[in-house]
Amino acid sequence: MIEAINVSKSFGDNLVLDNVSVRFDPGMCNLIIGQSGSGKTVLMKCLVGLFEIDSGKVLYDERVFSKMSFDEMRMIRQEIGMLFQGGALFDSMTVEENVIFPLTMFTGQTMAEKVERANFCLSRVRLENVNKLFPAELSGGMKKRVAIARAIALNPKYLFCDEPNSGLDPLTANVIDKLISEITQEYNITTVVNTHDMNSVIEIGDKISYIHQGKLWWEGDKDSILKSDNAELNEFVFATELTRKLK
Amino acid sequence: MIKGFLFHIGRYILLMRQVFKKPEKQSIFIRQIMVEVDNLGVDSVGIVAFLSTFMGAVLCIQTAFNIDTPLIPLYTIGFVTRQSVVLEFSPTIISLILAGKVGSRVASELGTMRVTEQIDAIEIIGINPATYLIFPKIVAAVIVNPILILMSMIMAILGGWMAGIFTGLVASSEYVYGIKAFFESYDIVYAMIKTVVFAFLIVSISGYHGFYTKGGAFEVGTSSTKGVVHSSIAIIVFNLILTNLLLS
Ligand SMILES: Nc1ncnc2c1ncn2[C@@H]1O[C@H](COP(=O)(O)OP(=O)(O)OP(=O)(O)O)[C@@H](O)[C@H]1O
Ligand SMILES: [Mg+2]
Repeated sequence: MIEAINVSKSFGDNLVLDNVSVRFDPGMCNLIIGQSGSGKTVLMKCLVGLFEIDSGKVLYDERVFSKMSFDEMRMIRQEIGMLFQGGALFDSMTVEENVIFPLTMFTGQTMAEKVERANFCLSRVRLENVNKLFPAELSGGMKKRVAIARAIALNPKYLFCDEPNSGLDPLTANVIDKLISEITQEYNITTVVNTHDMNSVIEIGDKISYIHQGKLWWEGDKDSILKSDNAELNEFVFATELTRKLK
Repeated sequence: MIKGFLFHIGRYILLMRQVFKKPEKQSIFIRQIMVEVDNLGVDSVGIVAFLSTFMGAVLCIQTAFNIDTPLIPLYTIGFVTRQSVVLEFSPTIISLILAGKVGSRVASELGTMRVTEQIDAIEIIGINPATYLIFPKIVAAVIVNPILILMSMIMAILGGWMAGIFTGLVASSEYVYGIKAFFESYDIVYAMIKTVVFAFLIVSISGYHGFYTKGGAFEVGTSSTKGVVHSSIAIIVFNLILTNLLLS
């Protein structure tokens, strides 16, 4: 379980997160939704400690993460898998080396075991025969999928995905959504997903937190989101013809 | 201005404290040093050899032209060339060249990794990115630069020898006699101490600028320039300090 309590973050005069308190439970896909620029990425980076928060607390299973020293944080980070919005693959390494990297650093596995694990993770994101390619040789969506494979390589206890399926075709996007949801239940992971894709919301939204103007505006799940009478939320949810029809 | 300078010095020292932590895995660390030796060292052999040979030749010819009285023996040419090369040209000038070559490479590599969130990704995996990325580069430069500088000395002296013979300004025997004359091994020690300090300055300062790049491709360029300029300035300043400490 991850908890953010009264978290605020600003960049200069720009108050991006305003007293956000939110809880993410294990075995569930916790979605953070909101318009572009609403602060989803900033919230996620505050949760994992890449941004220092101005006030408030972040807890990982009762451990006060936001007060930890860099070295204490590293211990918890070994239990974290994260997919960055831009993929953030190591461009000096091949696909296989990227996925193997966390295994090399933190397990005593033999090369054969590591390659087997990498192939397993890559096959789960439907990537085959790309092991020896470099990130520069991949399409945008393929990069994203390699990044997911890397994030799940170490069987993380906490999984963060910043827009896992932006830039993917609907079919692959759906595969990724299902994968995230499956492994979340299978390994009882605390999963946090940033998205503005309503398909994902309907597909895997076990718990949904809507961020608007830096505040936590609404919370619910995939069923209640379509029935809410929150005006700002509805503006976001029913922005397209398709979702209006769904209603 | 002064505030900015102190800010950078403070942050630089804090970064260095992160850099010199125990690496996560010894075997990976060794492998990375090898890679960096290749990237930063082997890659520079050609340019160092080329520059040194030509500069040695020029030093020899200039010295020869400045000796216009028969009272000064011709072997002085060999002696002066050797002293200039060993004391100043190879350790300082070649280090400045390497600051341009190695510094821009290190700063832009780390800067690109920063702006594409690769450094964040390393941090999230639970690895200390400063140790993982910068430590092996510093070790590699500290190992490889002295070798490059020794090679530079040899090439420069050889260049001088060839120039002396081809121009007929000094005979081989006299030049060689000059090269061996009044030789003090402490000069080499002094040159090597300078080289090692400069190697550290080049990689740590340009690494610092790369590591703290903010923004995008444009800022990577800015960091790379800053890395080169600031490590060159540091080399010049430390050259004076070390010369004072070691030769007086
Ligand atoms: N490093 C930073 N420095 C300064 N301001 C930042 C930084 N990162 C984000 N911001 C600001 O924070 C706000 C929220 O940005 P954020 O990236 O969290 O949006 P987002 O919800 O993830 O949007 P998107 O859906 O487009 O990814 C923006 O106004 C942005 O300008
Ligand atoms: Mg974002």
